[in-house]
Amino acid sequence: MIADALIAAAILAVALATVAARGSFTAVALFIAYGLLLSFAWVRLGAMDVALTEAAIGAGLSGALLLGAASRVARHPVAAERPPGRAMTVAIGIGCAGVTAALAAAILALPDPAPSLAPQVAANMQATGLGNPVAAVLMSFRGLDTLLESAVLVLAVIAAWSLAPKESWPGPPGLVQPLLPGGPLALLARLLPPLGILVAVHVLWIGKDAPGGKFQAAAILAAMWMLAWMAGRVALPPVSARWLRVVVAAGPALFIAIGLLGWLTEGAFLAYPPGLALPIIMVVEIALTASIAVALALLVIGPPVRRA
Amino acid sequence: MSLLVDALALLAILLGLVFFAAGTAGLLRFPDASSRLHALTKADHLGLGLIVIGLLPRAEAVGGPARLIAVWVLVLVSSAAAGPLLARLARRR
Repeated sequence: MIADALIAAAILAVALATVAARGSFTAVALFIAYGLLLSFAWVRLGAMDVALTEAAIGAGLSGALLLGAASRVARHPVAAERPPGRAMTVAIGIGCAGVTAALAAAILALPDPAPSLAPQVAANMQATGLGNPVAAVLMSFRGLDTLLESAVLVLAVIAAWSLAPKESWPGPPGLVQPLLPGGPLALLARLLPPLGILVAVHVLWIGKDAPGGKFQAAAILAAMWMLAWMAGRVALPPVSARWLRVVVAAGPALFIAIGLLGWLTEGAFLAYPPGLALPIIMVVEIALTASIAVALALLVIGPPVRRA
Repeated sequence: MSLLVDALALLAILLGLVFFAAGTAGLLRFPDASSRLHALTKADHLGLGLIVIGLLPRAEAVGGPARLIAVWVLVLVSSAAAGPLLARLARRR
C-alpha cells in the first residue's frame, strides 16, 4: 500500500517535472524516467505484458526517438518563439484541466465491478492453443488491432523516409558511423548483441504462455542492431535495398494474407482454421517480430541524410 | 535454517538499500559530473548486487537465481560502458 502510494506520487511528480521542464533534453530524460516508473505501476497492477511493453517501447524506444528529435531540433534552432499571451495561456490551462477532469470523471463513473471480457477470454482461450491470455487477445480475439498496429509502423517508416532531402536519396539511413577502434561503446557493441538476441528470442517464444511477445522482442532486437550500428560494426543498407523493404513489409503482409485465407476457408477475416491456430499464430509472430524490429530501428535511425 | 537464511537475506537487502541511499546522496551532493557518476556507478551496483543476493533464496528454482544474477551482470556491464561515455561528454562541454 505504502509502496503503491510512493510509486503513484513519484509518477505524478515526474510527470509534472516533464511538463514543466524548460529544455527539450531535460523533458525527454524525465519522460524516460516517467515511462520506467509507469511500468512499475503496471507490475504492481499485475499487468506484466503492459509493463514490459511500456519499459521497452514507451520508455526505451520512444525515449530514443524523442532524444533524436530533441538533438535534431537543437541543431537547427527555430526563430525565437513568441510566448503565448495571457488569454492563450488561460485557454490552454482550461483545456488541459477539462481533459483531465473528463478522464477522471470517466474512470470514477465506471461501474463496480468494472465490465470485463476476461471470463470469455478464459473460456475460449484453449481454442487458440496459447497459454497467455494477453497473447490470445492480441493475436486471435483482437487480431485486427494488432494487424493495424503493425501496419502503422510500415506507414511510419514510409513517412520518415519521405522526409529525406532529395540529394541524399537513396543513401543509407541516418548518419554514417565511423568504426570505433575501442572504448566503452565498442565493447558494448561486441558484448551485448549475442546476449540481446538470445533474450529477444526467449521473450518472443515465452510470449505464447507467459508475459512477452513480439513487440518487446522486436524492441530488444532493434536496440541491438542500433548498438552495432552506433559503434560502426554494421553498415546500413541503402533505403533502396530490396531486402530491407521486404523485411519491413513482410510481417503485416503475411498477417493480411492469413487473414484473407481465413476469410476464404472459415468465412471470417483473420479466422484461423481449428487446430492450426497455434502454429499460424507463431509464424505470424516471428514474421512480425522481424518487421517490427527493423521498422523500429529505421524510425530511430532516421531518413537518409547523405548519398551512399 | 530457513530463519537464518531469511535473516541474512534481509540483512543483505537492507545493506543494499543503504548503498542505494548513499549513491543517491552522492548524486545530489557531489559538485561535478564525474564524481556524481562515480557515486552512481559504484554505490548503486554494490547496492543492486546486495539486493540480488538477498532475493536469491526467494527466486524460483528453475532459472530464477540465474536470471537475477544475469540482471545484475547486465546492469554492471551497461553502466560500466555508459559511465565513461557520459563522463567524456561532460568533459567535452
